[in-house]
Amino acid sequence: MRIGDYRQSYAHDEAIWATPTARAWLAALLLVLLLFPFTANGYIVGLACVLGINIIAAAGLNIMTGYTGLISLGHAAYMGVGCYTAAWLAQRGIPFYLTLPAAGLMSALLGLVVGIPSLRIKGLYLAVATLAMQFILIFVFREWESVTGGVRGVTVPDASLFGFELDNDYRMYYVILPCAALLLLAARNLFRTRVGRAFIAIRDRDISAEVLGIDLFRYKLLSFAIGSFYAGVAGALLGYFYRAMTPEYFTLGLSVFYLAAIIVGGLGSMLGTIFGAVFMTLVPEVLRAGVSFVAQWAPRATEILSPIREIVFGALIVGFLIFEPHGLNEAWRRVRRFFHLWPFRA
Amino acid sequence: MSAGFDWTALAEFALIGLFSGGLMALIALGFVLIYKGTGVINFAMGEFMMLGAYFFYTANVMWNLAVLPALLLTLAAVALVAALIERSILRPLSGQPVIAVLMATIGLGSALHGVVDAVWGGKNYEMPQLLPRKPFILGDILIPGQVVWSFVLAALIIAGFTLYFRYSRTGIAMRAAASDPVTAYVLGIDVRRTQRLTWMFAGIVGAVAGIVVGAMTSLSPALGGAALGVLAVIILGGLDSIAGAIVAGLIIGVIESLTAGYLGGKVRDIVPYVTVLAILMIRPYGLFGTRQIERL
Repeated sequence: MRIGDYRQSYAHDEAIWATPTARAWLAALLLVLLLFPFTANGYIVGLACVLGINIIAAAGLNIMTGYTGLISLGHAAYMGVGCYTAAWLAQRGIPFYLTLPAAGLMSALLGLVVGIPSLRIKGLYLAVATLAMQFILIFVFREWESVTGGVRGVTVPDASLFGFELDNDYRMYYVILPCAALLLLAARNLFRTRVGRAFIAIRDRDISAEVLGIDLFRYKLLSFAIGSFYAGVAGALLGYFYRAMTPEYFTLGLSVFYLAAIIVGGLGSMLGTIFGAVFMTLVPEVLRAGVSFVAQWAPRATEILSPIREIVFGALIVGFLIFEPHGLNEAWRRVRRFFHLWPFRA
Repeated sequence: MSAGFDWTALAEFALIGLFSGGLMALIALGFVLIYKGTGVINFAMGEFMMLGAYFFYTANVMWNLAVLPALLLTLAAVALVAALIERSILRPLSGQPVIAVLMATIGLGSALHGVVDAVWGGKNYEMPQLLPRKPFILGDILIPGQVVWSFVLAALIIAGFTLYFRYSRTGIAMRAAASDPVTAYVLGIDVRRTQRLTWMFAGIVGAVAGIVVGAMTSLSPALGGAALGVLAVIILGGLDSIAGAIVAGLIIGVIESLTAGYLGGKVRDIVPYVTVLAILMIRPYGLFGTRQIERL
């Protein structure tokens, strides 16, 4: 059993990672994250890059949906906006360290526009409005050929950072990792400030929040802007990572994927965001590995891979909603509690 | 014919739109029934349509059943699936936040889509043509027969449901349970039963719409996405109004047909969504929906 954690100063009380144990684990995790590409093959490192991007995007959606209660079915479209902005700027020779924030800001701007209806509508109606925006933006991606390249897509030039070419997955990993870490840290800290607490108040009861003096319209718009900024950065990184993008990537299915990730991980929890994004990204990979394993004996198994994915995806969403509505984060807390209380409560 | 503007073409686009709006109203009825009865927007409506079309194809073509028994078997099967879904997924989630129920129906849609894909495969099937194809000719205007007959069919089904809700004992109980579940329960109405019936009816409506749409286009898992465009209809009509669904179905049908005629099919695909955004900005409760008084 772990014993008392005395907090003797305000600084100690305010620390995000309050105990030496937590700091030690964090340091170990960072070390592993920094060093593992030296031992891993290209597939694993590529997967790690996608994981990092998905974590950033899911964190943005969790700020909007999990913390502020604004349901968005258009997250993938904002990622698309970020990706195309970065591509357009990069083709004109703007350096990577400027295109990335520019992509985020462009998405944030668009998020503000979409957020305006949220003054009048909420819940299901807002979900439908963002769904409409998703389809309209995809239409723009397909038809605005001079900027987006239409259905054939757009190519993104290799990024370079201070003369260092980011031309393979290993190098991209060392850009994506600090981006993800910084954005997650920012998100975690956001909810220790006035703005973040206002978001939570709005989610829990908007009328009470307004009575407490929170300007609903302003904070809802801010939440949309911050969430879309994360999506834009994730989309830009995605463009640099794949080097080419078509509108077919940013479909409603991807928006639903991120919603599923934050539900499976835990709404309103940054640790949950990481769990959910990692879990939902790895499940299809595990399924593919499983199916190709079975395919040694039953060659037709590969044909039903995509239906199996869809069924598992749907079953995971429904199953988590019914049996573990607070997501993997809650399951993790239970595991931790078990070890903290062992052997007094087994 | 006057030179310049082609009035015949305008009339033809408008009439085709009006008639195809009937089918949209029918799909919208499926959404409205569930929203009114249980407060849920069923994002798996398209998958219900798809399920209906595949069941009917299996019974009618693969098992060589006659049209009527195949149709009855299909409707019974879809109603059973809907009842099972209501019992196993929606009831445990009643009282949960909006996002939980919304995501549950989306997850359900994904799972149903996967099941259909696994069982029937991703290929296209040719559905049997139940509705007469002979076109209707009014002067210079030509309207495809299927479009007119689907309108008649939709009108009959909607009229049937309207009469059922007005005069039958169960229908009145369902209306009571929809408008105030707690009072209805106190008065001895089995609210769980009416909610189950609501889902079964919506499943049946979706299955009929799916069979008709499948016969007009072709049968493939892509049919599942057909229902999302109808969201424009239910938002315009008001989520909880059957009359609104009819009027809005016809309006959206005409708008879609006119855009398709004058601006092309690509633009037509996003018309419903532009309409949705416009309505939500101007009049979020729709033409006939209940106005929720809440100022924020």
